Amino acid sequence: MDIAQADAAPARTEQAGTAGTPLLDVRGVTLQYNTREPLVTATWRVDFQVLRSDRFVLLGPSGCGKSTLLKAVGGYLAPVEGEIRLKGERIGRPGPDRMMVFQEFDQLLPWKTVLENVTFALTASGKLSRREAADKASHYIAKVNLSGFANSYPHTLSGGMKQRVAIARGMAMEPDILLMDEPFAALDALTRRKMQEELLQLWDDTRFTVLFVTHSIPEAVIIGSRILLLTPHPGRVKAEIESLPHGHADAKQRGELEDSIHHMLFADPGAAATEATHG
Amino acid sequence: MAEAVPVRPNIYRDPPDATQFSVVERPLGLWERAWNNGAVRKTVLLLTLALVWQLYALRLDNPLLIPTFLDTVRAFRDAIVSGGLLGKAWYSIRILLIGYAAGLALAALLTTLAITSRIGTDLVETLTAMFNPLPAIALLPLALIWFGLGTGSLVFVLIHSVLWAVALNTHSGFMSVSNTLRMVGRNYGLRGLPYVAKILVPAAFPSILTGLKIGWAFAWRTLIAAELVFGVSSGSGGLGWFIFENKNQLEIASVFAGLFSVILIGLAVENLIFRTIAARTVQRWGMQG
Repeated sequence: MDIAQADAAPARTEQAGTAGTPLLDVRGVTLQYNTREPLVTATWRVDFQVLRSDRFVLLGPSGCGKSTLLKAVGGYLAPVEGEIRLKGERIGRPGPDRMMVFQEFDQLLPWKTVLENVTFALTASGKLSRREAADKASHYIAKVNLSGFANSYPHTLSGGMKQRVAIARGMAMEPDILLMDEPFAALDALTRRKMQEELLQLWDDTRFTVLFVTHSIPEAVIIGSRILLLTPHPGRVKAEIESLPHGHADAKQRGELEDSIHHMLFADPGAAATEATHG
Repeated sequence: MAEAVPVRPNIYRDPPDATQFSVVERPLGLWERAWNNGAVRKTVLLLTLALVWQLYALRLDNPLLIPTFLDTVRAFRDAIVSGGLLGKAWYSIRILLIGYAAGLALAALLTTLAITSRIGTDLVETLTAMFNPLPAIALLPLALIWFGLGTGSLVFVLIHSVLWAVALNTHSGFMSVSNTLRMVGRNYGLRGLPYVAKILVPAAFPSILTGLKIGWAFAWRTLIAAELVFGVSSGSGGLGWFIFENKNQLEIASVFAGLFSVILIGLAVENLIFRTIAARTVQRWGMQG
């Protein structure tokens, strides 16, 4: 089992120089699911480091344990082997310093309006007083272009709007790292494209650190600044590569990168090369 | 293959501005508007039932078995004016509220215990399985021995009838809260009581509301039945005592009037209180239609 090192990391050095120690340090993490009978190993000795302002993507086909890995970083699951450190401190339980954006549309509290959902996150975690929270919440709701719906209840919003609220909520908390679990997977293709662009715009504004899980190669190339490739059953690191700088990459470069990722993920003749890779 | 399909030009259109449309609307007739109102539909239903009752009683012509609707209404009015029906109803409602509140408090305590620890879950599941099928009235003889005649034993059987129904519904509501919402709550760093109060309770509110309604109905049944059983020896009884007393005097119309007031209070609580709670919570949040 040889953990393939990234062969192309051109822009790496200057970034590493400014940050010093990594923000998130995942070392030799093995995760197991205790499903009644067979003990399922989701990931096996995974290593990676996320630096400040990274758009770090975990990419792999279904069954590679990427979501499980994200849950472990979120603190919902303890590794059986290895450790996960955020700013040098071991992760023990879920907390507001790692805000999650889930794939499901039901992640907003249905009994609170859009504004209350974002405000509640800030007050419940004891971060801000009610008044400051409302100001900050309005600010971030405006950032995701939902000011007109601040007083609507979640069930009246479309799927894309709900995800935007979840992103606004995550960003308003100003966490050390934003964890996104296939946040756009349940959206239609057009909305997904738009949301990806909006997310990149938000990143240009605030340079937050994000750990993003996806099974779509094109999405990984668009969103990520750095991409971790995982192979399935159990999830192991196949490669960690630098993505294209966002904004000024032509379609040809992009296509080449997507092809090489596809080749790396499905190089084994046995692996299903027909795995869906919609963008 | 390709040449068989003629090349069609691209079509571009300028859709007219939305403001140009006038809203197409047809005014609803008075009858249609009334029929769209749930209260009107239900009133019509109630009036029809009353009419059926009246006609059947007239045909039967035996006021000892079934007095007519109008006789019942008259007896109801007389009982309010001179028979102290209001006072008796208030006596019942007061005990009911005490028992109901105590039952709810205990149910809250039990279910909180149930979701915070595994042994608590086992405890609640076992207790509910044991006591939920046990009719509250069956405990009345024991209650009379323990607490004597009066409010104490009534409240005891009321608590028994409310507690298990509410605990069962609340617990199953908590169990069915979506995993995403649980994770969201923990993501905020909520734990223990704040987690239960701010995430689980609202998320499980549809089930909790059902539990509250069932508990309320069980409490009424139990109370009236209990008053009937030992109303004989209790001087200042409530509605059950009123029914019992009038039966002994063969004032059947008044018996009906007593039942009538139980029904009226039930309708009022369902339509005014529970409906308002539902409209302000689960319906507004889109959890229930």
